[in-house]
Amino acid sequence: MISQDHILDLLQNVKDPEVPVISVLELGVVRHVDVEPDGKAVVTITPTYTGCPAMDVMAADIRKELLDHGVPAVEVKQSLAPAWTTDWITEPGKAKLKAYGIAPPEKTGDIRALKGELPVVPCPQCGSTNTVMLSVFGSTACKALWKCNDCLEPFDQFKCL
Amino acid sequence: MSRPGTGFDPRSDPIMSTALFTYALRLGDDLLILSHRLGEWCGHGPVLEEDIALANRALDHIGEARNLYDYAVKVEGKGRTEDDLAYLRAERQFVNTKLVEQPNGDYAHTIVRSFLFDAYHLPLAEALTRSSDAQIAAIAAKAVKEAQYHLKHSSDWLIRFGDGTEESHRRAQEALDALWTYTGELFVQDDVHEAMVKAGIAPDLSTIKQAFDATVDRVLAEATLKRPADGYMMSGGRQGKHSEHLGFLLAEMQYLQRAYPGAEW
Repeated sequence: MISQDHILDLLQNVKDPEVPVISVLELGVVRHVDVEPDGKAVVTITPTYTGCPAMDVMAADIRKELLDHGVPAVEVKQSLAPAWTTDWITEPGKAKLKAYGIAPPEKTGDIRALKGELPVVPCPQCGSTNTVMLSVFGSTACKALWKCNDCLEPFDQFKCL
Repeated sequence: MSRPGTGFDPRSDPIMSTALFTYALRLGDDLLILSHRLGEWCGHGPVLEEDIALANRALDHIGEARNLYDYAVKVEGKGRTEDDLAYLRAERQFVNTKLVEQPNGDYAHTIVRSFLFDAYHLPLAEALTRSSDAQIAAIAAKAVKEAQYHLKHSSDWLIRFGDGTEESHRRAQEALDALWTYTGELFVQDDVHEAMVKAGIAPDLSTIKQAFDATVDRVLAEATLKRPADGYMMSGGRQGKHSEHLGFLLAEMQYLQRAYPGAEW
């Protein structure tokens, strides 16, 4: 019998295709995992950004990972409400983002960026807070583009949502 | 007035169901058509960051449009898909406002068009999060977060243009003067919209207009631009009567599905 814990272990292997160091669990997109009596797994995910093309890839990767590891049937459902927030990225997930060179998002409670004030975003390379936002839209929908004035390296920031 | 949790289902009433379908389509069409226009900049942006920014915004708009189309076809219940709505409707069946189909022009036109739309879209999305229709509310709750970034983006650029050089100021004012005539249609409350307001699905557009006015006045003041007088206002898009530009846009957007029906990749 396949347990929910077993499914969760397998989901830890499914990475964000755009940020391949962080799993779908750490990204906070998996809302529910149910195992039906016949062993079918129903995984409910929520989109990060409405138009993010990575969501379709994640759904396909979840199916493949579970089917490849003996889960007899898999259904991936999408749920819009409640809307995903960057607060659902786990602490280990945020640490992995930083190690990968992407500044993790600030907490939504501290959403100064939207009040016309820019957040203080430390450079993931050198730790300096002497940084400047170049563009609110970066290499993917979820990221903004920043530059460090000290080490002069550009970097991505996972923006607060 | 129905509120969430009262068990009200507009789909059980044929007249309401048609109105809800049309309403979801209007919301979706504005987003899809604007998204296509922004996508036309891809590879042609004035600077790399803006090229990427417009493509990102286009993606957000497509995502919201897909959610609305997906809901619209469920409300309609005729077995159509979101792709059928996007690719297999003719010009007269699109119910977007004329604002969003206007050509890109120079970058000032592109930014002003998005700014005027964003100043309407953000308060609308905020209001729709309180819709009595659970699916419309869920789609709006997702969109409202993205819409905040959109308005910030277009406002920042409009301020930079208006309060920039003589040339950038002149172009921004010209774009504003040219596009202002298309803003009236955003707030026209016809029978379809009245039905939505009565059912608690959509907000009264006069409240959205107040928020729009406040945003426009605040940003234009900072941009040192002059708000155009409300003269003749264009309309008809919501009824499928479009400017000459939409047909050309659809010819490009729908080409593949028209030439190779059912093609997938």
